Amino acid sequence: MDLLTNILAATVVAGTPLLLVALGELICERSGVLNLGQEGMMLMGAVAGFIATLSTGSLAAGIVTAMLTGLAMSMLFAVMAVTLSANQYAAGLALTIFGTGLSAFVGAGFVGQSIEGFEKIAIPLLSDLPVLGRALFTQDLLVYFSWLVFAGVALFLRFSRGGLVLRAVGESPGAANANGLRVLTVRYLAVAFGGAMAGLAGAYLSLAYTPMWTENMTSGRGWIALALVVFASWRPGRLLLGAYLFGAASILHLVLQGLGWRSPTELLAMLPYVVTILMLILLSFDPVRTRLNTPLSLGQPYRPGH
Amino acid sequence: MAVSAQRLKLQGIVKDYPGCRANDGVDLTVGAGEIHALLGENGAGKSTLMKIIYGVVQPDAGRIVWNGHPVTVENPARARQLGIGMVFQHFSLFETLTVAENIALGLPADEVRDRGALEQRIREVSEHYGMALDPRRFVSTLSMGERQRVEIVRCLVQESTLLILDEPTSVLTPQEVATLFKTLRKLARDGCSILFISHKLEEVRSLCDQATVLRQGRVSGHCQPKDLSASDIARLMVGDDTPIATQVSAAQPGDTLLQVQELSWQTDDPFGTSLKNIGFSLRAGEIVGIAGVAGNGQEELLKVLSGEITLKGEAIRFTGEAIDRLPPGARRARGLAVVPEERLGRGAVPVMSLADNALLTAAGQGLVRRGVIRRQRVREFARDVISCFGVRCSGEQSSASSLSGGNLQKYILGREACQSPRLLVASHPTWGVDVGSAVAIHQALVKLRDEGAAILLISEDLDELYQLCHRMGAICNGRLSPLAPASELSINQLGQWMAGNFEVEELADAAA
Repeated sequence: MDLLTNILAATVVAGTPLLLVALGELICERSGVLNLGQEGMMLMGAVAGFIATLSTGSLAAGIVTAMLTGLAMSMLFAVMAVTLSANQYAAGLALTIFGTGLSAFVGAGFVGQSIEGFEKIAIPLLSDLPVLGRALFTQDLLVYFSWLVFAGVALFLRFSRGGLVLRAVGESPGAANANGLRVLTVRYLAVAFGGAMAGLAGAYLSLAYTPMWTENMTSGRGWIALALVVFASWRPGRLLLGAYLFGAASILHLVLQGLGWRSPTELLAMLPYVVTILMLILLSFDPVRTRLNTPLSLGQPYRPGH
Repeated sequence: MAVSAQRLKLQGIVKDYPGCRANDGVDLTVGAGEIHALLGENGAGKSTLMKIIYGVVQPDAGRIVWNGHPVTVENPARARQLGIGMVFQHFSLFETLTVAENIALGLPADEVRDRGALEQRIREVSEHYGMALDPRRFVSTLSMGERQRVEIVRCLVQESTLLILDEPTSVLTPQEVATLFKTLRKLARDGCSILFISHKLEEVRSLCDQATVLRQGRVSGHCQPKDLSASDIARLMVGDDTPIATQVSAAQPGDTLLQVQELSWQTDDPFGTSLKNIGFSLRAGEIVGIAGVAGNGQEELLKVLSGEITLKGEAIRFTGEAIDRLPPGARRARGLAVVPEERLGRGAVPVMSLADNALLTAAGQGLVRRGVIRRQRVREFARDVISCFGVRCSGEQSSASSLSGGNLQKYILGREACQSPRLLVASHPTWGVDVGSAVAIHQALVKLRDEGAAILLISEDLDELYQLCHRMGAICNGRLSPLAPASELSINQLGQWMAGNFEVEELADAAA
């Protein structure tokens, strides 16, 4: 029983950074902008958040700094890809390479230092539930926050006018412009949200998951988030599922190692990536639903008046 | 506020684009409750003028007066605010949203907070004007005619007092056109002004009170279309020196070249059209036309015939041989040529020169030896096409994208015609082409026919089909109607076929 609870709790923790960054990317892609810079923005968020917390002693300062850093990085991308209509793939890749390098450079002096990370907070009553109580409701603040973001994104897309505008811009920026919507503004906001969420996801790694900074500590989560968004068919519910599936698989490989499985760790470490993608490919096999949720203009720059 | 008699007045509108002056001092006046036609060929400046009125582009000079007050229309949002609504030719709808969501996007936020009330309003407006619409349906499931209704209802819900319609009938069956005109007349009686953009003269004559004709960016005349004949109006549009129509001699059909039987193909695109049990035959020396509203399987049929989609069975026989499995190259080698609907992207590679584009389909004409391109021959071939078909361009090295639609279409058709195909499948060959080029294209098709080629003409332009075709039918929702001799096929019957009512006649025959 204890083992199951522990596995579930660890699953949630492992899935949270992925959920955060993927939710940001989902909004960004729904506006028709593909930002391949997630990995770079996460790393910058992680290092900036860590340094801020280390020097001020405040976790809140770390979170805010991380989100602002992610946002600033994403604005760099937005100027290139939205305003200047540069190729989104190239601009995103450049952002990742830039972020990876810069974070390593900035963080070089901080490797090996440690901080007091986020603590688990038990929610009264709910945390007393059997099994799930400790798995879900004895977590750190950021986990709870990620659920709020998830609910916010899902409701925003489904019910709000803003969500409608976002989907419209992502499907057909030309038609959106003809309808009097401000395509570039919407895209900027969407990219900004994506950047802030990537920064937050990075901070989750360096302030809660493992409260320290190591070079390249995101280890590909930014990339897996990109794949998640696509295979979740741009639907938040599936994204949540995928993120936790990834979390579960990455815990599983630790558990299997603990149980004395003698297979190469490299292969086991691959497991979460393979399992998540496979599951989501199987799930996304509904062409009509997928088509209704796919932002048609994804990756295409938009120039008003052309 | 009293409605002034002049709803919209344009004075001396000028708009320059690099290399051409699209509007050159255009004046236009539309009265309240008036149905005003804006006529002109493609490239005459109609679209630019509309875009200026709707705020999509800004004029370089000139004044816009709205209800007696000079205004600047900075963007479409401002146009809507003034009460100017627009129905685009290629609809500005979002397929993945519902009808109500689409309409909500064009309204101020506080008017759409209550979705129930909005849906009610959509129902009321659409029923009042005889255009039934279900606000909850996804636009992707609607026919072209229904989509147009959404656009019109959207303008009406926004309480537009000027409705601009850009070639609204090109996507409708003749019956749907009649319904649309009834709606528009009712709207005009209610005081809404309508600016009706078209090049279909008979429609303009039956609907419009006033007409302004544009030619090469200038107003070439005003008229009351009901008082003039269609050919008089056409003269205003094209000037004195362009032939307006091709004289088509009777066809002399020979042996059957293409035999299609029980052709079915299942699409895997959720919004595509599956082909269902299509059958027809095509003889040497005849032009067979297939009418139909866009998106009813024309594109799929073209791909199946060209080989872009290959099949497993033996549904398509070309000179007796089943060619279902053959890829496009092998079909071309047998003399089956294709002119697709999209000129840029499928018919030609935009960034490549005309000469290189010739090479794409005409490589078999001795332009390549042992895998090496013979540049000299390629240039000669391209030059021949350019001179034979009167393609206006600066030479065979100019890029495909630098040509106007009509000229590029002449080049693409010429490229295929110069290879003496036995069967030519042409889709919408004169779509968006000026009258002069359209006549040249029609003449080329007839000449090819008289040389013994079979031609399958897929088109939405019924006038074109009636003019050129020996036999014709219609495609609807992936099914093909029977074919009938064009001379015996009434426009009414064809309209029924375009709407998918094929069986009526068959049943009547069976009963008799």
